[in-house]
Amino acid sequence: MKRRDFLKSTVATAAVSAGGVPAPAIWSSAKAQSRAETLLIVSESGPNNLDIHGVGTNVPGYEASWNCYDRLISHEMKEGPNGVPYYDRDKFKPELAEDMNVGDMSATFKLKKNAVFHDGTPVTAKDVKWSLDRAVTVGGFPTFQMKAGSLEKPEQFVVVDDRTIRVDFIRKDRLTIPDLAVIVPCVVNSELVKKHATAEDPWGLEYTKQNVAGSGAYKIAKWTPGVDVTFERNEAWTGGPMPKVRRVIWRVVPSAGNRRALLERGDADISYDLPNKDFVELKNDGKLSIVSTPYSNGIQYIGMNVTKPPFDNVKVRQAVAYALPYQKIMDAVMFGLSKPMFGAAADAPTEVAWPQAHKYNTDLAKARQLLAEAGYPNGFETTISFDLGFAGINEPLCVLAQESLQQIGVKTTINKVPGANWRTELNKKEMPLFTNVFSGWLDYPEYFFFWCYDGQNSVFNTMSYQNPAMDKLIAGARAAAATGDKPTYDKDVRGFVDLAFADAPRVPLFQPYVNVAMQKNVSGYQYWFHRRLDYRALVKA
Amino acid sequence: MLKTIGDRILTTIPALIGVVLVSFLLTRVLPGDTAAYFAGPAATPQAIAEVKAKLGLDKPLPEQFAKYVVDLAHGDLGQSLTTGQPVLADLTSRLPASAELTLFGLILSLVIAIPLGVVAAVRQGSAVDHICRVVVTAGVSLPVFFTGLILVYVFYFILQWSPAPLGRIDVFATTPPTVTGFYLIDSLVVGDYEAFRSALSQMLLPGVTLAIFSLAPIARITRASMISALSAEFTRTAKASGLSPRRVIVTYALRNALLPVVTTLGMVFSFLLGANVLVEKVFAWPGVGSYAVEALIASDFAPVQGFVLAMAIIYVVLNLLIDLAYGVIDPRVRMSS
Amino acid sequence: MSAPAAADGAPSGQQRPKGRFAETLSHARHIIGENPVTGLSFALFALLLLCAVFGPLLSPYDPLASDTVAALKPPSAHHWFGTDQLGRDILSRVLVATRLDMLIAILSVALVFFAGGLAGVAGVAAGFFGGWTDRIVGRVSDTIMAFPLFVLAMGIVAALGNTVTNIVITTAIINFPLYTRIVRAEANVRRNAGYVLAARLTGNSDTRIALTTILPNILPIMVVQMSLTMGYAILNAAGLSFIGLGVRPPAAEWGIMVAEGSAFIVSGEWWIALFPGLALMLAVFCFNLVGDGLRDIVDPLRRT
Repeated sequence: MKRRDFLKSTVATAAVSAGGVPAPAIWSSAKAQSRAETLLIVSESGPNNLDIHGVGTNVPGYEASWNCYDRLISHEMKEGPNGVPYYDRDKFKPELAEDMNVGDMSATFKLKKNAVFHDGTPVTAKDVKWSLDRAVTVGGFPTFQMKAGSLEKPEQFVVVDDRTIRVDFIRKDRLTIPDLAVIVPCVVNSELVKKHATAEDPWGLEYTKQNVAGSGAYKIAKWTPGVDVTFERNEAWTGGPMPKVRRVIWRVVPSAGNRRALLERGDADISYDLPNKDFVELKNDGKLSIVSTPYSNGIQYIGMNVTKPPFDNVKVRQAVAYALPYQKIMDAVMFGLSKPMFGAAADAPTEVAWPQAHKYNTDLAKARQLLAEAGYPNGFETTISFDLGFAGINEPLCVLAQESLQQIGVKTTINKVPGANWRTELNKKEMPLFTNVFSGWLDYPEYFFFWCYDGQNSVFNTMSYQNPAMDKLIAGARAAAATGDKPTYDKDVRGFVDLAFADAPRVPLFQPYVNVAMQKNVSGYQYWFHRRLDYRALVKA
Repeated sequence: MLKTIGDRILTTIPALIGVVLVSFLLTRVLPGDTAAYFAGPAATPQAIAEVKAKLGLDKPLPEQFAKYVVDLAHGDLGQSLTTGQPVLADLTSRLPASAELTLFGLILSLVIAIPLGVVAAVRQGSAVDHICRVVVTAGVSLPVFFTGLILVYVFYFILQWSPAPLGRIDVFATTPPTVTGFYLIDSLVVGDYEAFRSALSQMLLPGVTLAIFSLAPIARITRASMISALSAEFTRTAKASGLSPRRVIVTYALRNALLPVVTTLGMVFSFLLGANVLVEKVFAWPGVGSYAVEALIASDFAPVQGFVLAMAIIYVVLNLLIDLAYGVIDPRVRMSS
Repeated sequence: MSAPAAADGAPSGQQRPKGRFAETLSHARHIIGENPVTGLSFALFALLLLCAVFGPLLSPYDPLASDTVAALKPPSAHHWFGTDQLGRDILSRVLVATRLDMLIAILSVALVFFAGGLAGVAGVAAGFFGGWTDRIVGRVSDTIMAFPLFVLAMGIVAALGNTVTNIVITTAIINFPLYTRIVRAEANVRRNAGYVLAARLTGNSDTRIALTTILPNILPIMVVQMSLTMGYAILNAAGLSFIGLGVRPPAAEWGIMVAEGSAFIVSGEWWIALFPGLALMLAVFCFNLVGDGLRDIVDPLRRT
């Protein structure tokens, strides 16, 4: 009896609230205050680790690290291509350091006097050394990223006195200073973390996975993995001007449709991962502010494994480059929201820049002719693979590529690779034909080419492309950059760009955009090389 | 009675062993390479091997299995690499969300489906019968994620009746203190009607999505078994002896017809837990279903195993209860056992 | 398809064997006359089969041909169901997809009905005899059943790879215990029924009783289940597509089309998900109603 009554009353209440909840009741008046001081971010996924030094920290985790930890230095802002503040690759500003002195083979940093960690202990040179030691020895991604700037050994980091630290260079490398301003060399509260370190876990990774031990502008008030993260402003922050937003709630909303609906209804304040089509429509709609900025040093491309016949034949690769439906992809897949990387004028000079457009265009007759010259007049069969984690773009892209290739006789089967396997597959270097994105945090052409085209055959050289001429040009550019030999540098950069386009192991399609949709009362968005949000600059009116 | 329950529990042990073994093997044949995933974007083969050793994935399968079983015996379900938390903690914090939603959907569904089924059976062949069939069948014919998206579109985006699909409770509402883990109950316990209202309005759309999906099996079985019950000897005898039609339907026919309904409930619950996976994804519901899917896609073994085990235990307990309910509803089973 | 199933399901031994088929036919006609929904569903089923066979001939456009100029166009005289993101004609894709979807549904149900039929007979015997057969059949189906079905399906497809064959096998596996359990529960109730006791008294063997007396009585419920399973088979494939584990692109399949289209609902391109969604719903709808109709036809109680 009782149970039946309970059921009845539940249903009755349910019916009442279904019909009776008025729209604005979503935020009751009591909460209006906290709502006004809180920024609500919605995104597809959240962090799995709050520490970028952790094992397997995902990209959302980088955002948490960026906002909760400080580095010695950071970048100044300049005006970007779309009028939006854009990090200045060449200008640095102090964050934990108040002063930076770059000598011939070392750089010296003086720490701010009043800098303290979240628990109130002062930030010392010892903490900085411990943190940088940690980054270069912990292994995995952080160590790899440090190495990119020739930061490889703990001996390079020298405590001069309590507030002074010196970084010694093991070689001249123009990427060393920029590499100290990326997310990885963050400064960790060494005393706090050491308390939680164990013999198996000397760097206290288990502790920092769940807890922030930094001095950054935001503290983590609450974290429910996979659901939400609540950030509170650190009132004692010394790294820069006090952030305007008191509280940030970052909510995981897996469905893109729901994220869009939340934004359009004004419930969410900001989101940066929506399908391109939604961004285009929201922009035309005018109710939200939409900012699109090209990825720095990044392209989406079609790659061909040059060790796998028939892609070992340069004519086959060129045929593919002439057969790809570039404009269709721009229109139907990207909805115009990306920068074309194809069809440069035949007489356009090669620039000293990356990325830049190549001269291929969709020309099926030429593609057929090249294929015939290569000895495949009737085409061949192969597989085109893509990362399912980015199916929204990759799947229609591959379907269009498949259709176009079919017309020159190249029959492809589409192979969806679950996101978890994608890196494994890339590492194996078995996939004959695939699409992928690469983008480097450090925005230098030789950096991109060193990882993607060099004969050392790193995981990012997905085509297994090995060519001594290419290696020589890349090494030449790197050496010239370190010594400031501009003529040689320019010649070598032009050289490797030309060679990459002529040999065509990978065919750039477009430069993707970072799109951010915000309510009109939200301002202060800045573009960063890591493409995630910097809460410190955001303002909610 | 106690002995019956004890025997029944003993018989579930082979099934549980099967579940542990199969879930272990299944997660090990998944093509994903956890080690490569977590070794980072620039991992060398050597770095991957290191991570592999760290995770114990370089050991032979039987050894991995033995370790897994020993850990299980200590209540250690391992660590989720995706959320970074112990699986047991993740599951216990998320299970109430799924259970509350599933039960809510099931109750909604029962309240609508059983009367529908009875009416359809009593008025067999009439327009009411046909309409019932068409309605419930239409409900089960829609993929749940599609229903969910359409409900969100209509009730949240266009009509603005429903709150934002952002999980169990308004982002800015205070979560009720945990008593049962069910927000609807917990908020009533502490008398926080604001939280109750918020939790209920959040649960309505996903609950309705699940209910729409589960109407059909319940209504169909109710109708089917009501028809056989109505045409059975005992109902005819009751009718012939002049009992009121209402009495015949409720006391004689319905009571007998409920047996297959109860049998189906276990399956419907299992179906709903499956459907839950997709509904949770659409409504950003922080339950175990969405947790398991994300783990599976990331080739994160421990949460998948933990989820499967937790569900298996729930399923076994549920079936135990159903078996016992059998005895209460159908005296024939009780007598024979 | 309906007639032979009905003939199989008729109770044997008690009625005169002559003219049973004709009788079933006339009974079917009677049922359809009495129940317009059933008639409609049989017609729909025929239509689906027609589309499955002739779909590629009926479709006005190449279902795989993209036309980015005509992308995302709402329904019009040229494209009755509109076009999708790549400008492919949705009507053509919906028509062509019928074959693949019917194939998944029918193959997986046939597989599970065959496997479930074998286990079903064992199940009948198990439910009838009790004892160790009962335990084995029960434990095996308990083990499968104890898995959360959709996650199990995801796991198997993820492990084996996302091909049509694997989707069919997966669907059959997750539906298997439904058959054996229903048979067991029903047989359990019936083992002490009067007609079973009577059959035993007249000297029939246990197996014969299971096959000739109990099985025909349970078959209707199995047929109801079969019709439901056809629907679930397609829904299951659609769910797998939603999380990216479905049939490979660019093949047209209703579930994938709904999943693709669901991203466009909020932005107002409702037709991309709606039409394949409707086709999906109609098919599942039709399978369910056909099952209901079949049940009415084969139900021995209603025949008397």
